Amino acid sequence: MAFLKIDNLRKSFGKVDVLKGIDLEIEEGGFLVLVGPSGCGKSTLLNTIAGLEAITSGEISINGKVVNDLHPSQRDIAMVFQSYALYPNMTVAENIGFGMEIRGIPKAERDAAIARVAETLQIGALLDRKPSQLSGGQRQRVAMGRALVRDPMVFLFDEPLSNLDAKLRVDMRTEIKRLHQRMGTTIVYVTHDQIEAMTLATKIAVLKDGVLQQFGTPAEIYNRPNNLFVADFMGSPSMNLIPAKVKADGSDVAIVMEREDGAPLTLPMAEANGALAGRDGKEVVFGIRPEALTDPDSADRNASRISELDCEIEVIEPAGSDTFAVTRLGGREIVARLRADAPISAGQTARLAFNLDKAVLFDPQTQERIG
Amino acid sequence: MSAEKTAGVSGNKLARAAIYSVLIVFAVYYLLPLYVMLVNSVKPLEEIRQGNMLALPDVFTFEPWTKAWSSAQVGVQPTGLKPYFFNSILMVVPAVAISTILGALNGYVLTKWRFRGDDIVFGLILLSCFIPFQIALIPAARILGMLGIAGTTQGLVLIHVVYGLGFTTLFFRNYYAAFPTELIRAAQIDGAGFFQIFRRILLPSSAPIIVVTVIWQFTNIWNDFLFGVSFGDFDSQPMTVALNNLVSSSGGVKEYNVHFAGAILAALPTLIVYIVSGRYFVRGLMAGAVKG
Repeated sequence: MAFLKIDNLRKSFGKVDVLKGIDLEIEEGGFLVLVGPSGCGKSTLLNTIAGLEAITSGEISINGKVVNDLHPSQRDIAMVFQSYALYPNMTVAENIGFGMEIRGIPKAERDAAIARVAETLQIGALLDRKPSQLSGGQRQRVAMGRALVRDPMVFLFDEPLSNLDAKLRVDMRTEIKRLHQRMGTTIVYVTHDQIEAMTLATKIAVLKDGVLQQFGTPAEIYNRPNNLFVADFMGSPSMNLIPAKVKADGSDVAIVMEREDGAPLTLPMAEANGALAGRDGKEVVFGIRPEALTDPDSADRNASRISELDCEIEVIEPAGSDTFAVTRLGGREIVARLRADAPISAGQTARLAFNLDKAVLFDPQTQERIG
Repeated sequence: MSAEKTAGVSGNKLARAAIYSVLIVFAVYYLLPLYVMLVNSVKPLEEIRQGNMLALPDVFTFEPWTKAWSSAQVGVQPTGLKPYFFNSILMVVPAVAISTILGALNGYVLTKWRFRGDDIVFGLILLSCFIPFQIALIPAARILGMLGIAGTTQGLVLIHVVYGLGFTTLFFRNYYAAFPTELIRAAQIDGAGFFQIFRRILLPSSAPIIVVTVIWQFTNIWNDFLFGVSFGDFDSQPMTVALNNLVSSSGGVKEYNVHFAGAILAALPTLIVYIVSGRYFVRGLMAGAVKG
């Protein structure tokens, strides 16, 4: 049974519809990441869960209880804000204890709770300082401490790592994941960073323009994106999306792509794509992730369908652990991910292995995935 | 954060000397009236009559000060400025306090509890900054009469609060507009109510704007003459009106030394307020509230 359930949620500001009927649910102890480009409504969605924004219609329930009309403080949630939102006039200890103070919890009990949280987050030495005397990472910890001390049913995180520098961000990401594993509390987390989404989530919801594009596990989102937007947004470098044509010859179905010069590139698509039947001659978009397009030696040995074909390499970009090779198919730049010491050089033809198990096809008109 | 010395300026000593001499000339020019007032307020009247306003006193006396304070003829009665000074204090302190608190609440609501049409409300409040006092005199007199507080200190407090609200609201609204809304939201999730958020989160960070507002309101209300002369009685007339009556009292000689002393007494409170609280102007209390 869903612990946090969002049912046909709509939110408009005046005439502008920000959320257009969102349905989501997450089980207890799950880690739900809302991801999307800026302006997609993900922060608004989080604020409606928190109760900071009123909803226009729909229903939000936490642990079976509808919370639509409850004040934020009564929803049993805690929130970590993008700017940390630490009260500047209070010390770290007062910041963490403010909520308890408002609820009239006795001082001794408060101090014990503050000490417990400070130990969890290793901020015991900072308790008497003001927020202005803390570094970005320390403020982040204090903000998390303020949320942890409430021991809520749901944690809400609003882009908590976006103000940290790159290295600290990776450290804190690991820490949040560790914290989640230890506490087992349900988390809803907003980010525009798809890597954060992939690493943290048990479920990802991809939003665009207030519409839920796809909701699923990180693997589902990554391997079987619902549409071209999700395919392009998730993953770095992003999925190669190549205009192609279907060619059916009896029971054999193939995908044909234009090469810059020379013969068209033909990939046989086997039985699995029954959906391609009747699309003979139609346009499709062939999607393949860079790691599924590699040199023959590093191709996945467990893959059932691999096609090896010659491609002209335009540019190579060694990245240390891998080498990225750029070629051109269907008029698009295509990135292949090869092992670091793959014997290729720019301007020459190299043999690339297409792992067709991992390929997905999209309808260019509807933008949706085929099959 | 730290005030860094502007390097490079010190190199050119000649330019520095020129700048300083110009500044000193202007400072002297602006301070001259104050000097004349101070010097002549401690001279006997005969010395002033001899004509040299700029000379230091031959005979030093505080008599004009004590006379201006407690025994000079103000209007028809020889009370000195003393009772009017307290009239002013009794009017200014509540008027400043109330208009500042209401301005802060207005600013809080207009920025953090937005409602439909809040911009229009703010625009209307702001409009009151531009209404000339004279236009409102007769309606104000009617209202004070209807409320039964015409000629009283409470009446003057009410008028000054109403007239001050436009400015105090403007000050606080603009200050709170830059105050991070996420802090309010965090406090809401922590369970703090409307006034708890105001008192515990917003007010402790408002010292700079409170100081600005208090100085502004104190100076304006203390220096007001028109409302004081229109709506004040003997029991409520402020210092400014009394000073006018002191200077323009007919009968007898013009006691310039007493007038000077009285004028300084009337200006003293605003000077003190400025000197005491002016240094808080520069403090940036918001540092570190949000990322940094």
